[in-house]
Amino acid sequence: MTTSPTDPERPERTRIVLAEVASGTHAADRPATSPSEVQDILLRGLVRAQLALALRLAVVVLVGLGSLPLFFALAPSFGAVTIAGVRLPWILLGVLAYPFLIGVGTAFVRFANRNERDFAALQRRENDPNRRDESREIPRARGR
Amino acid sequence: MTNPFILPAIGFVTLATLGIGFYGLRLARTTSDFLVASRMVSPTWNASAIGGEYLSAASFLGVAGLILRYGVDMLWYPVGFAAGYLALLLFVAAPLRRSGAFTLPDFCEVRLGSTRLRKLATGFVVFIGWLYLVPQVQGAGLTLATLTGAPFWVGSVLVGAVVTANVAFGGMRAITFVQAFQYWLKLTALAVPAIFLLLHWRNAGQPPVPAPEEWLLASDSGTGGLFSTYSLMLATFLGTMGLPHVLVRFYTNPDGAAARRTTLVVLGLVGTFYLFPTLYGVLGRIWTPELAEGRSDAVVLLLPGRAVGDGLLGELLGALVAAGAFAAFLSTASGLLTAVAGVLATDVLGRGSVRAFRIAAVCGGAVPLVLALHITGLNVSQVVGLAFAVAASSFCPLLVLGIWWRGLTDLGAAAGILVGGGAAAGSVLLTVFGVVLPGPFGELITEPAAWTVPLAFAVMVGASLATQHRVPADVRQVMFRLHAPEALRAR
Repeated sequence: MTTSPTDPERPERTRIVLAEVASGTHAADRPATSPSEVQDILLRGLVRAQLALALRLAVVVLVGLGSLPLFFALAPSFGAVTIAGVRLPWILLGVLAYPFLIGVGTAFVRFANRNERDFAALQRRENDPNRRDESREIPRARGR
Repeated sequence: MTNPFILPAIGFVTLATLGIGFYGLRLARTTSDFLVASRMVSPTWNASAIGGEYLSAASFLGVAGLILRYGVDMLWYPVGFAAGYLALLLFVAAPLRRSGAFTLPDFCEVRLGSTRLRKLATGFVVFIGWLYLVPQVQGAGLTLATLTGAPFWVGSVLVGAVVTANVAFGGMRAITFVQAFQYWLKLTALAVPAIFLLLHWRNAGQPPVPAPEEWLLASDSGTGGLFSTYSLMLATFLGTMGLPHVLVRFYTNPDGAAARRTTLVVLGLVGTFYLFPTLYGVLGRIWTPELAEGRSDAVVLLLPGRAVGDGLLGELLGALVAAGAFAAFLSTASGLLTAVAGVLATDVLGRGSVRAFRIAAVCGGAVPLVLALHITGLNVSQVVGLAFAVAASSFCPLLVLGIWWRGLTDLGAAAGILVGGGAAAGSVLLTVFGVVLPGPFGELITEPAAWTVPLAFAVMVGASLATQHRVPADVRQVMFRLHAPEALRAR
């Protein structure tokens, strides 16, 4: 964490005590001030966007994996299908489940980073008085 | 069963663990070095370390054994163990890192500012940690007994002593290197023999897997099997984020975005690893069918020698697998002990000094070792699954609601942890001490997650709504800290 612009030369050696880390009194770890009203409204947009993204992808996993036991139980013939000598449940759970999970995770990282970039851009615009007039409408940070 | 390479292989893993730990000790100077590896660990190193720490005896030995014995239904264990990292990535990773919390008790204090909740969380961290440590230590004893005929206590004491010394004297930086090394060792130890097994299977004319139909087919035994499957899914999907030794690692990421990247890499590493236990379980049906009815946990250890033969190659492969198994015990136990010692040092001894951490490590390591030597007959995979259920019913709701819902209060969180986590812990204790309830209640106790996780969420939300006046005054500031990118924070 190199967040302190005040000491250009080598930072002093400090003792970090767990209890301080825990209570968040370590200077580098907290925001300089409490967020303003506008900042907070923008943050609520970001939190909503990130949560909506996470929930949507969780639903994808729940439908993709969670429906399988039900399928196997309700339609045993589905579980008896054989591809290249291997039963379908073995292929789905033994191999394909992992690339599926990694794919969902990759999508999440990409979209979550994008949400944060949008949010950061909005915050900077909000904090820069010269540019505030240019943007009459403040776009919302939304998951796309 | 006297393979001359087994003892040197186990000795090499143990010495390498101590050696890398010592190398790390020379680098570790301050308390922060000791505890958080100075946050200079790169995502790849960190991800390898998380993977190394996560893949325990249950993954290395237990999963293949379960598949050998019970068949396709057991594939949900590895899938769930991997999917847990996706849940962690989606709901927890980046905000948890940004919270600055090093342990779960820290998170309670940062988010809700309550020291009493902190103590409660400490209790659950220690409970889950010990619950998870006992089968690791026992697995070591069983492995050494199976392979060399040594008495049961030798392996347990060996692993207990090596891990305690390494954690007490090396701290976390050393542990990061050790864990990362052990992930790659474990992957190699399963993958290389697996390649030889597959080649051998082809040369043998690709014999079919002799197995009954119910082993090949997913269970359709009515609602009972289905309930267990879904309960297991819930426990493993949501339990990973509540495991104390997993969360400690997140603090070593430089920022929230790096925490996300690290988690994604872990998902890839863990997913790659889990391709192999399935193979051992299936091929075990051909060459070690008698294990399906007996000590199925030994299939990974015995299969290479049994299939390839007693020649030099078979012995070398057997030694490699034994080394991997020992790496599994050492790494998971080290990670758990680091987490347990961390909370014991700060929250019970009340000091953050290196000395307190060392005392805590020795105490935290001694208790599960004594338990492991006195309570025998625990099933490795089952106990680990129960630890997931407790974590999913206590810390998962705390983290998810704490990160995404401003309305969470300290009383609500405490009520949810006590009711949900308490119910899961009670079920676990009943199961561990062999109490079997009749009829449908039995299944509710042996696979508790399906009812304890929703219960914990419901109580936490309900009790928080009833105590809204206790919402922390700094909730706006804390939410900004959890969710805003770090670049916006430092002005």
